[in-house]
Amino acid sequence: MLIELEKRKEPSKAMLYLTPIIAVVATMLAGAIIFSLIGHDGFGAVRKIFLAPLLDTYKWQDLGVKAAPLILIGVGLAIGFRANVWNIGAEGQYIMGGLAGTGVALATWGMTGWWILPLMCIAGIAGGAAYAGIPAFLKTRLNVNEILSSLMLTYVAIQVLYYLMRGPWKDPDGFNFPQTRLFTDDQILPTVIPGTVVHLGVPLAFLVAIVAWFVMSRSVFGFQIRVVGAAPAAARYGGFNTNKTIWAALLAGGGLAGFAGILEAAGPFGQMVPQFPTGYGFTAIIVAFLGRLHPIGIVLAGIILAVTYVGGELAQSSIGLPAAATGVFQAMMLFFLLATDVLVKYRVKFASPAKAGDAA
Amino acid sequence: MKTLTRRTILKSTAAAGALPIIGSSAFAADPLKVAFVYLGPIGDHGWTYAHEQGRQDVIKKFGDKVQTSIVENVLEGPDSERVIRRLAEEGNKLIFTTSFGYMNPTLKVAKRFKDVKFEHATGYQRAPNMSTYNARFYEGRAVCGTIAGHMSKSGVAGYIASFPIPEVVMGINAFTLAARKVNPDFKTKVLWVSSWYDPAKEADAAKALIDQGSDVISQHTDSPAALQTCEQRGLMAFGQAWDMSNFAPKAHLTAIVNRWGPYYEARIQQLLDGKWESGDTWWGLKEGVLEMSPYNEVIPADVQTAAEATRTGIIDGSVNPFAGPIKDNAGKERLASGVLGDGDLHKMDWYVEGVQS
Amino acid sequence: MTDSLLIPIIMTIVGAATPILLAALGELVVEKSGVLNLGLEGMMLIGAVTGFAVTATTGYAPLGVVAAMIAAAASAGLFGFLTLTLTANQVATGLALTIFGIGLSALAGENYVGQTVDVFGSVFPAALSEHPVLRVIFGYSPLVYVSLLLVAAVSWFLRKTRGGLILRAVGESDLSAHSIGYSVIGVRYMAVLFGGAMAGIAGCFYSLVLTPMWAEQLTAGRGWIALALVVFAGWRPMRLLLGAYLFGAVMTLELHAKAAGFSLVAPEFLAAMPYLATIAVLAIISARKAGKSLAPACLGKPFKPSS
Repeated sequence: MLIELEKRKEPSKAMLYLTPIIAVVATMLAGAIIFSLIGHDGFGAVRKIFLAPLLDTYKWQDLGVKAAPLILIGVGLAIGFRANVWNIGAEGQYIMGGLAGTGVALATWGMTGWWILPLMCIAGIAGGAAYAGIPAFLKTRLNVNEILSSLMLTYVAIQVLYYLMRGPWKDPDGFNFPQTRLFTDDQILPTVIPGTVVHLGVPLAFLVAIVAWFVMSRSVFGFQIRVVGAAPAAARYGGFNTNKTIWAALLAGGGLAGFAGILEAAGPFGQMVPQFPTGYGFTAIIVAFLGRLHPIGIVLAGIILAVTYVGGELAQSSIGLPAAATGVFQAMMLFFLLATDVLVKYRVKFASPAKAGDAA
Repeated sequence: MKTLTRRTILKSTAAAGALPIIGSSAFAADPLKVAFVYLGPIGDHGWTYAHEQGRQDVIKKFGDKVQTSIVENVLEGPDSERVIRRLAEEGNKLIFTTSFGYMNPTLKVAKRFKDVKFEHATGYQRAPNMSTYNARFYEGRAVCGTIAGHMSKSGVAGYIASFPIPEVVMGINAFTLAARKVNPDFKTKVLWVSSWYDPAKEADAAKALIDQGSDVISQHTDSPAALQTCEQRGLMAFGQAWDMSNFAPKAHLTAIVNRWGPYYEARIQQLLDGKWESGDTWWGLKEGVLEMSPYNEVIPADVQTAAEATRTGIIDGSVNPFAGPIKDNAGKERLASGVLGDGDLHKMDWYVEGVQS
Repeated sequence: MTDSLLIPIIMTIVGAATPILLAALGELVVEKSGVLNLGLEGMMLIGAVTGFAVTATTGYAPLGVVAAMIAAAASAGLFGFLTLTLTANQVATGLALTIFGIGLSALAGENYVGQTVDVFGSVFPAALSEHPVLRVIFGYSPLVYVSLLLVAAVSWFLRKTRGGLILRAVGESDLSAHSIGYSVIGVRYMAVLFGGAMAGIAGCFYSLVLTPMWAEQLTAGRGWIALALVVFAGWRPMRLLLGAYLFGAVMTLELHAKAAGFSLVAPEFLAAMPYLATIAVLAIISARKAGKSLAPACLGKPFKPSS
């Protein structure tokens, strides 16, 4: 049996919206079956992971807090991906943004003022953007593939973090543990819903997504990004400078990743520690794809992935599902999405070898 | 009374996929819910495994009166705060958080859930409803040092260490001091691997230390990789947190075994009796929170006797691992006579003579 | 450095270099055919856990290695199906494979944590493999010699055989290769499967030779170093060999210097070296070629025949 792909005349809009849903449902089904086969309570696991966090309103604050950095980074990455600029180093830019903001925090430790937190955030954005500028420079000046350069830089950033934690930025009163001082009250994100953990970063993330939506769909910049991505030759002919676009795409991705970094450091963490890199930069790539590179889709995808994180923890303590299962579910979602993605542009036809020979 | 208990039973069973009820009897009080937060997997055969054994002891001792649950592989940082908070929300009244990195998250949740008691291992922050607990691992190190001093032919031990925090420094010093009582020229070479658990790195570190002259390896990291390396090379090593002899039957001389059962049982009993109070508990060999695993038969009888002398001496108080005079590795005298107090130990950031860090 | 120190250091370097050499060699072939598979880390872990599990159950390490190759190649096959048949984005699929491999290996290895197997060591007689000097040649696991043979084989295949020529053509100019009549997708599939098998062997090296045990994320990021290595070597097998040993030396000497009591540079700088070096090499190569990258021209782009 041959799988033949027949290109559609136009990409199917229906499939565009359906496929992420198909992917999630397929993951839930496949996951339940696979986990049942290896001896765990498969359907219970799926219920715990995917449904329980949504049904328990107490958990929504956790979903928001977990989704915020994913959405921020995902939106930034999507801008780049639309322009065919493949920034894989968001994790490194996230770390550098967090470090830049932490640097400001340590320098202003002991001072008070409303200006400290915004300054930290600006530093975070600048740090992440500057770090993304390196692959941008390498690509525009030296034609270095940005996938490889941005990826390598991620691991360099991790070492920079370790060095600072072990050495110059270590808390002098911290018994030699490799971590910075705790941020002061002026340096921590305020809680926007009293009695919860929902910090300022959560509404900011949603705001950024909405702004990005406007920019991408209504502004010249957004148009430029999309054209450069879809048809580079036409873009050049139309007068769009591809180099500038590459810079803009990488700086946007890096800046938003850096922003997410300082928001996490000043919010949930409250300090900088070696465990800071939690893989958001990579998960955000899944979020960007699952959200079809559209800011609103990314918001939804970010929430779905947050659900798997929070749900995974629930499943662990209540039905003994191993922690590693979460990563398997997340990867399956992306696999299914990538697999069903083909349905958007192509119609799948099954032909037997004999018939295929006749049709040729 | 009947309505209450029936409602309680219904509430418990209604929650989808809820925690299993261990014998909720209709006539006794609800079982005390206790939760444990683990850094690694319970199969790590080391740090987390030891805590899990402590929990099993609790289940055996308290049966129906206590209902326990665990969460493993909890990353330090905000994720742990979420997990701890959820455990508090779910009705657990006593929560054990078993790694230093959970300190600030535990404190944050303790401030919000004042009626829940928290126990944090190896930290230094407390609150009216948050205690700290630790074990005097350095006592076990002293026993190992005694053995190393006798058994080492090269007079050099390799020490694979994670981070230069007081707990680790104490261990290195106690080990070296004990070894030097046997062999005054004994040296300890320390390699920092900046991780609690990285098998490949620990194996490489062991190789480097061995190549540089060590014939016995001690570690303050959590995997048995270094033991395996020593087994392959026909050398000696000590296990960490649990008996690791199945990884290295010939090389594994002994191990410091963490027995958290006695502490967990004591605290739970206190809570059941209404006598729980916040404080800092630092137990050692005497209280049974530490044990040495069986000595390897390759250790000659006289060395085993010496090791036992150290161990029993620590228990009855006649031997103190940090008895003076003590010089540091820069030659300065740190203690002329007497013993180092707990305060000095908590701040320890210097190394004794013979340590090359 | 005295003799007594030189030999053990060399042997440790070989141990550090071999797994990344194996994984990188496989990825080199894959990338030469025009496909970028970022899922190395995931495939290595799948290989590591499979190799360990089968060896622990059967007691026969070579069987474990074969099983590892099959398992990792199967996961590569999944990648191939998505990217080659369904033309999915290679970067995203590769990353998903990494995350999948990390999680799946942890699940599969649950029951094996805390176990150990006999180390898959040298098969030469003890007189040679444990001789103070000769062991530097004879004291290694068979996988080490296999890795060296494979470097030679791949190098010969790419440069001297028709198959290698086709593979390179598919990577440099897939449309031309297609018009001549070669199956671009078929060639790429085979390359991808080969890459998977190699990653499987590489993973085994960790769980059967270096530290005979299973633990989650045993490979601790070495898959990413292997990816860097392919680029650092400019997609040439002989340079790959040199690069692998260079990376292995950097990783080993850092520890030895610390053990000897002096550290020349911050350990974090040494740990970052492979990545920094790779970026530097990328920049230099690309600059020299005045705008043309050294990578295979079709790297990462899906094959879209216009017919």
